[in-house]
Amino acid sequence: MKKLLVFSLLWCCAYALAEAPSTVAIRNAKIVTVSGPVIAKGTVIVRNGLIEAVGESVAVPPDAWVVDGEGMTVYPGLIDALSTVGMPGAAPAAAAGGGRAGRGSTATQTAPAAAQTTPATRSWGPEDRPQTTSWLLAADELQAGDRRVETVRSSGITTAVTFPTRGIFAGQGSVIDLVSGEKPAEMVVVPAAGQYLSLGSGRGFGGGGGGGGFPSSLMGIIAYIRQLYLDADHYKLVKDAYAKDPRGMQRPEYDRALEGLLASQRILLPANQLIEIDRMLRFGAELKQPMILYGAREAYRPEAAELLKKANATVLVSLRWPTPPARSADSDDSNETLRTLEERDQAPSAPAVLQKAGVKFALYSDGTDAPRDFQRAVKKAIDNGLSRDEALRALTLSPAEIYGISDRVGSIETGKIANLVVTKGEIFDDRTQVVMVFVDGKKYTPEVAAPGGRGGAAATAEPGGNQ
Amino acid sequence: MKRILLGTLLALAPLCAETIVIQNATVMTEGPQGIFKGSVVVKDGKIAEIGEKVMVPAGATIIEAGGQYLIPGIIDCHSHIAGSGGINEGSVSVSSMVNIRDIINPDDIAIYRALAGGVTTANILHGSANSIGGQTLPLKMRWGKSAQEMIFAGATPGIKFALGENPKRSGNPQGGRGAGAAPVARYPATRMGVEDVIREAFNDAKGYKADWDAYDAKVAKGEHPIPPRTDLKLQALKEVLEGKRYVHVHCYRADEILMMIRAAEDNGFKVRTFQHALEGYKVAKEIAAHGAGVSTFSDWWAYKIEAIDAIPFNAALLTKKGVIVSLNSDDAELMRHLNTEAGKAMKYGGMNETEALAMVTINPARQLGIDKTVGSIEVGKDADLVLYDGFPMSDFSKVLKVWIDGAQYFDRDKAIADQATKEAEKQRLLDKEKSGQRQPTRRPNQ
Repeated sequence: MKKLLVFSLLWCCAYALAEAPSTVAIRNAKIVTVSGPVIAKGTVIVRNGLIEAVGESVAVPPDAWVVDGEGMTVYPGLIDALSTVGMPGAAPAAAAGGGRAGRGSTATQTAPAAAQTTPATRSWGPEDRPQTTSWLLAADELQAGDRRVETVRSSGITTAVTFPTRGIFAGQGSVIDLVSGEKPAEMVVVPAAGQYLSLGSGRGFGGGGGGGGFPSSLMGIIAYIRQLYLDADHYKLVKDAYAKDPRGMQRPEYDRALEGLLASQRILLPANQLIEIDRMLRFGAELKQPMILYGAREAYRPEAAELLKKANATVLVSLRWPTPPARSADSDDSNETLRTLEERDQAPSAPAVLQKAGVKFALYSDGTDAPRDFQRAVKKAIDNGLSRDEALRALTLSPAEIYGISDRVGSIETGKIANLVVTKGEIFDDRTQVVMVFVDGKKYTPEVAAPGGRGGAAATAEPGGNQ
Repeated sequence: MKRILLGTLLALAPLCAETIVIQNATVMTEGPQGIFKGSVVVKDGKIAEIGEKVMVPAGATIIEAGGQYLIPGIIDCHSHIAGSGGINEGSVSVSSMVNIRDIINPDDIAIYRALAGGVTTANILHGSANSIGGQTLPLKMRWGKSAQEMIFAGATPGIKFALGENPKRSGNPQGGRGAGAAPVARYPATRMGVEDVIREAFNDAKGYKADWDAYDAKVAKGEHPIPPRTDLKLQALKEVLEGKRYVHVHCYRADEILMMIRAAEDNGFKVRTFQHALEGYKVAKEIAAHGAGVSTFSDWWAYKIEAIDAIPFNAALLTKKGVIVSLNSDDAELMRHLNTEAGKAMKYGGMNETEALAMVTINPARQLGIDKTVGSIEVGKDADLVLYDGFPMSDFSKVLKVWIDGAQYFDRDKAIADQATKEAEKQRLLDKEKSGQRQPTRRPNQ
């Protein structure tokens, strides 16, 4: 009878609809809690969306739906530390340029409602607040019907920190649980998780399309960001003085761009090359903002790891490992530098190097979030020296700690949100099958991955886009 | 194998400065000692002793340089290498808020190539797209070091201005008359407009400075007023007004040079250098009276209309009128042989070898205000030295070794010897990648 139940749980819902028994018991399973020791054979009780109990000998409540976990492993739900899942207009095609060349790109694609508020007129200086939607919150823009939610969840990802990514100050990301609901609000775990910044790819003459206004070079963008933080400081000073005693004082003009900056408790800055890591560590310190660096492609270099360690930095490492350009049989390889070749060879060892150096880091999908792509990408880091435990941690408890949400997600502990992945086989292994995924205690059965990978997200251009 | 690579990279980074004696060289000091045959002692990164006979300190590394020439490190007063993400913020007419310091790229191979051409210091300028460009600074070519470590410590920072065709951008859709392609053209489109932009910017800067001066005065009196808003664009110009930032002006024609002198004097600041200034010879007296230097090309002209009335005697004529003149590259390739650019001054204008070499050593050092520490071989100065296998201004001479702060950053023999190792490593990585690709893992979109 139990077997029958399990069977039906596995197969009854062809399209991954959540079933909603309020209480579920997974028993006889191996439980990898991440926060504590592995339980070789134990039980997890899920009630009302939370983990009610976990342990070797936990009594199964009489009202629970029982899942026989024999031969299965339960992991905490994976967390994608930097994603665009659920964001409108961030579907593969529209995200091309992912805030990198996307300046003033309001005219292209199906522009998100957010971007439409940025006029496409040419910017003549920082005072025009170019490429800035710092006041946006991902939580306010979420599309519950995003088909990617299901794909991503099938990879075992239950939680994503999803960001608006257009422009220099794109807005704040939100931590969301990947439930398929009617209302986007149900997904939101933390509405404001930090301001997403990108530095564009202009070459100084307004290249990259759009209005062609200020700023159009890297130094212009850096100067603009610096100016905006100076303005925010001054704005706050004046506003506070006015709040204290408005009499006889001209009222300060409301500035939503600066409000967005002041509301952000941390910033995310892009840094791939060693020089970018050096540059952004200095810049973030100068801005006096708590920061997270994303990208980290050259973090495998000992100098980079050393810099990050010294700065006590937090890093998100992109799982989009560099790949060789398409070569024809007779192409000339010699025009690629030794450094480029070395980077391609060694980039996947960055997590292991950071681990060894004691740098706080998490992994993020960078668009490689379809099941097979994701599994392979993580496996590549493991093959390049990252231990399995650390790989798992970098996708669970570490990102939770980085965003200050380890009190509710990231591990299997009593009282935390019931985000779980149940697999047959070790997670991230080639032949491993994700059997079911619990998000907020709701059980989902993954899409059946086509052999050889669906490659559904292969074309996505993503935040922190490592292209 | 990774170890070997790492080893190679580490070997590239120069060793700590040691005590060295370069002996039996022909030393062209560009300082009071003139040219002599003898030795230079380097200790703790500085030049400790020079002369025909010197005390050789115990434990010093001896470099036998018989038949070779030692000169001060070459200084390029106008370069655009070693930057990331563009060297122009060309979107606006006044981009003084941007700073080259923010985008130094120590991995630019042009640094190494310049070094191999004897350049030890370069003034990295913003481009000439706008009337008032970005903030600039000199770097030492410390290849292998980080961005911050390349910065010439203590040097006065600069700012780039530009006059004439480039800022009015004739033919460029970004502004000026070529507005057909762009919905909004960038002002200015004429030389009149260029002058207006500069004067207008300094009107604003003076107002800004007055606000801050008033604030500072109140603070000094013990009051606690709300400070004015910091405006990075005007802040840089305030520093110009206060003499804390050098102005380097890209220009060609005599009339615009005179315009710039008037605009500067009306606003109470000085132009530190006129860059290019191909018609400088026509207004040499006025430039000398203003106190500006000129950094020009040796014999490169007629590449555009405003560069048509140039003559190769420009440098010599300006020098004769008392202007400090340097020869610059403005180009990563030309930067590799500034020694022969200097040599051309011996042909055009009859300079002697010391005067000619000065135009790529002590003269640019004086223009950049760094002549107390570099630009000549004198006791107490930074040991920035270049060893040539022959007369340094000959086409046939090669750079053998380059030191910066007494540390060796280039060694020709070693550079050549290392090439095979690097090639082998490159091939190994290519082979590895190809064999990896043959594996049956399917990659989408490949």
